[in-house]
Formats: sequence, structure tokens, C-alpha cells
Amino acid sequence: MESASSKAEALRLQILKAESELEALRSQLEEFEAQPVPQNASPGPVFNAQSRDWKWPLKEDEYARYGRQLILPTVGIQGQLRLKSTSVLIVGAGGLGCPAAAYLAGAGVGTLGIVDGDAVEESNLHRQIAHSTAKLGQRKVDSLGHYCETLNPEVCIVTHATHLTPDNAEGIVSKFDLVLDCTDHPTSRYLISDICVLLQKPLVSASALRTDGQLIVLNNPAEPQGSLGGGPCYRCVFPKPPPPESVVSCGEGGILGPVVGVMGVLQALEAIKLISAGVGAQPKNPHAPALLLFSASGPTTFRSMRMRGRRTNCFACSASSTLSLAALKSGLLDYVQFCGVAAPVSVLRPEERIAAAAYNKLLGQNPELPHILLDVREKEHYDIASIPGAVNVPFSSFQLRKTDSEHPKPDWLPGDLPYDAPIYVVCRVGNDSQLVTRILKEMGLDGGGKRFIGDIRGGMRAWKQEVDDTTPFT
Amino acid sequence: MSVDSQMSTGTGPAAQDAVALHEQPKISIVVEFSGGLEMLFSDQRRHSLSIPAVDKDGRPATVAFLIDYLCRNTMKDSRQELFVLEDHLRPGILVLINDADWELEGEESYEIQNGDNILFVSTLHGG
Repeated sequence: MESASSKAEALRLQILKAESELEALRSQLEEFEAQPVPQNASPGPVFNAQSRDWKWPLKEDEYARYGRQLILPTVGIQGQLRLKSTSVLIVGAGGLGCPAAAYLAGAGVGTLGIVDGDAVEESNLHRQIAHSTAKLGQRKVDSLGHYCETLNPEVCIVTHATHLTPDNAEGIVSKFDLVLDCTDHPTSRYLISDICVLLQKPLVSASALRTDGQLIVLNNPAEPQGSLGGGPCYRCVFPKPPPPESVVSCGEGGILGPVVGVMGVLQALEAIKLISAGVGAQPKNPHAPALLLFSASGPTTFRSMRMRGRRTNCFACSASSTLSLAALKSGLLDYVQFCGVAAPVSVLRPEERIAAAAYNKLLGQNPELPHILLDVREKEHYDIASIPGAVNVPFSSFQLRKTDSEHPKPDWLPGDLPYDAPIYVVCRVGNDSQLVTRILKEMGLDGGGKRFIGDIRGGMRAWKQEVDDTTPFT
Repeated sequence: MSVDSQMSTGTGPAAQDAVALHEQPKISIVVEFSGGLEMLFSDQRRHSLSIPAVDKDGRPATVAFLIDYLCRNTMKDSRQELFVLEDHLRPGILVLINDADWELEGEESYEIQNGDNILFVSTLHGG
């Protein structure tokens, strides 16, 4: 058995070696083919104006369209031909995917694949530059695909109006040479990295939130599992997913358009650099993997960090990995479970909560009701719209560590407020308000049950639905 | 080495600091936070700190020591679990020592040098 398995191992190595030699031969051939055919061999007239035979590798108008990048050493005619013969998959047609796809279509990649299961929403438009007001409700892949087609009809656009799943990942990704992760959640980021490792595709990954962005080129070179010569995968850098409570989406945390735009444009740039140098070609001077940090609000706008190589015990790309296409397809890997789901907060009893409509009714019956309505959203939310009379004390201010002077009377609590005047707490959707209600009770503000402290169930979203539908909800 | 070795000692932070103040030399470092972690540290991205050069047992200050020090002294927010989980840095936070991944430098056991720049970055997922 042992000698058979070692023979098999030797054969595998031999195959790998032969494959890489073949790859090198192919890339040499490509280089020769890209060079103009020497004309000096044929005697007689070199130029025949009558027949006007097209003898150049690109089409006539392509020389005009790509001229400005063709004359750069980074691209050149060879790089342009490589772009034209390369297919790139963009996963996520949002804030990263829109600019990335636009620049890659503009640069003339041969095939551009776009994967996204969502439709265009109004809240996308400030940053997802390929979608327009007229396209609200349309599928994002159609909107972005159309944008790219009108930008450059030379590019073949392939759309998949679905999210990438363990089941469809192989079928979709295997048809492309290079992948851009333009998604917005750890579950998709781990899945995309895994399929890129399995199918040996380099991966350009970026992300953005608020005023910060991050960019890293992964699995480059895209060596087989177990080869330490390959670039690190997402799991080498982040072996464990972050706790779901710490994952903040653009909807919750906010995002500045140009910030995510910069990151998407940088993804396109990295892709163009990879392709014109030859995807799969061994780089002459391989760069150490680097993580680029962008910050619109920090002291340094761009910082490049040297990163580790492949992890020898990586779940996905190491020699000991059990990750396989079959395992992926059979559903053995549950990415949602792996990354976890933040459970909705439920720390209050029903009698500690009041419906938005009920609070409104209470005040309608007794407008002079002595009470406090605490709005615990951050100031920016409060400034946009709030319930009349609400006092803003942001959630984060309740997280300060308690000082030695035990529970000083909070300054938002008026001294003349009757001891039994209720305190209502409201937040965005009714999670933080529960936690603050708990904290207030722990501070002893309910006077041992003499004062009602509770939250408005469902927060400002419920207020909009149940009471005042004009309230802007952010 | 884990943060645990500092955390589980019986000495309170005050006693430890007093020892540090009287007997231990200090080193000056810059600690930065990004990707949202700054919110746990008074919304301030850059902190110039003077920390003890050695821990209570006289061993050189490591990154593990620094993480514990930050939790005790610099973090004003009570949500420590957003920074440290099970005595280690929580998953999803990268540490970069003088612009290099801490995994290239020995991770938690890296001995901090005077003038070091240590950056804690929370990974972003939005797009």
C-alpha cells in the first residue's frame, strides 16, 4: 500500500511538473504570436491599398479605443491581447462591483461575468455608479451588464442573477480566469475564497465601510492545494470568522460613495496588472502578499502592509486540507453556520416593552404626561428625524466603563422629574433600546419598581409604520 | 503565549501599575486603531503611549502584554468582547507591527521595541 501511495504521489508531482512546463510553453507561444509577423520575407509590394487586408492582431477601432493604455509598458500590445483573451468574474454588482466592472469593460477584457441576486434600490444609487434612477427595481446584473455593454460592445457580458452558493459556485467560477470578490458579507467571502482555491483562480478581494477600505490579492500565484509557492487564501489571513455581532454592514454603519468607489477601482487596477503580466504566469519578481489599507479619515490615506504567505495548516489551501469540490457541492460546508448569525436581542419581558402606537396613544390622551423619552441612536440618526420631545443619549455613551463614583445621577434626568415618571427608550429597530433599558434598571433608576422603564418595540422603524409614515428612516 | 497569563494573576491593575511606575523603565510606542476599533478607544485612531518595558515578572513587554494593557488602561468602552475573546484577540482583527503582519513577527510573543508602531485593524466586509 505504502509503495503504491508513494508512487501515486510521485506521479502527481510529475503531472504537476509537466503541467507547469506546458503552461510555460503556452505562454512563450503566446508571446511569439503577439509579435507582428515579420514582412521582409516577401518580396514585392509590402502594402496593397486596393485589397486593404487587415493584418493586425486587434480590430481597427480597438487601436483607437485602447490606444492610451496600449502605449504603456504595463500593458502594450501583448497585455492588450491578454486582456482580450481573459475572462473575469465579478461577484457582487454593488459599490465595489460597479466601478470594477466599468473599468474592466473599458480596458477591454474578453469576457466579463457578473453574479448578483439583488435588485437595484434607491439606497444603492449614491455609490453604485452603474445603476441609475431609471433602473430602480431592475436586477443588478442586468443594470450593470447593460452599462458595460454600452461602454464597450467588444466585451462579452455573462450575467448570473443569483447569489453564489456552494452548489452553483463551481459551475459559474470554473468558466473564468480571475475572480473579484465585490460582496459584502463574510459568508460569501469564505465561499469565494474556497472555490478559487479549488479551481486555482487568483482572487482580488476588497471591502469598505464608513470611510475605510481594504484590498488584498489572494491565491496568487494560484497554485494547487498543498503548494506553499501559492499565495495565501482568505482563510490563511482570517482562519476564524469574526463573531457575527461584530460584523457591520454598510446599511448599519454607513458608507461614503467615493470610499467604496476607490476600492472597486483598485480591484480593477490589480486585475489589469495581473492579466497584462499573464494570469498564471510565474511572476519574475513575485511581490510578497500585501494588504492595502485606505482611510479617508485617518492620518495616512494609503498604507501597505506585508502579509503572511500560505498557512501550513490552512483549512482550504494546505496539504492537509480536506476541502474538495465534492465536499463543497454535497453541502458539507455550511458557510452561514460557520460565520454565525447575530441573534436578535431579546432581553426584556413583554411587559417591559410598549408598542410605538401605544406610546403615541398614551401621549395623545395626556399630552402633559411627565416622562422621559430617551433616543439612544447615534447623534447623526437623531439629527435626521426623531420623535417630538425625545432626548438623545447615544448607545455608545452607555458603554463607558463605570467610574468609582457609583452610578452618578445621569445629567439627562431632570431633577424635578417625579420619582415615578416613566422612562421610555427608543432606538433604530428595537435592539439597543432593550440593552439600555436593562442598564438603566441596573443603575437603579426604576426605584425598585416604582418607575416604569421600558423600550418602544421595533424602534423608529415601528414608529414610522405605526404612527407617522412621514418619518425618514435611516 | 496567551493574554491569559497576565489576566489571570491575582494582582489588581492598580498594584501592577504601582510596581511598573516605581521600578520599571518605560518604552514609547504608537498604537493605532482602524476599521471601527477606534470606537472602543475614545474614537481616537492614534494613541502615543508610554508602557512598561517589562511585565510584572520582569519579562520584556510583548504584544500579549500590550493587548492586556490596552484593555486595562486605554479602552474606555465596556464592550471588551469586541476586542478580546477567550483571552485572545477576537477573530477578524489583524495586528500589524511596523507595517508587517504580526504573524511574520511572532504574533503575541513579539517583544515590543521602543518606537514601534502597532496597528490593530478590524476587517471590513461591506461592499
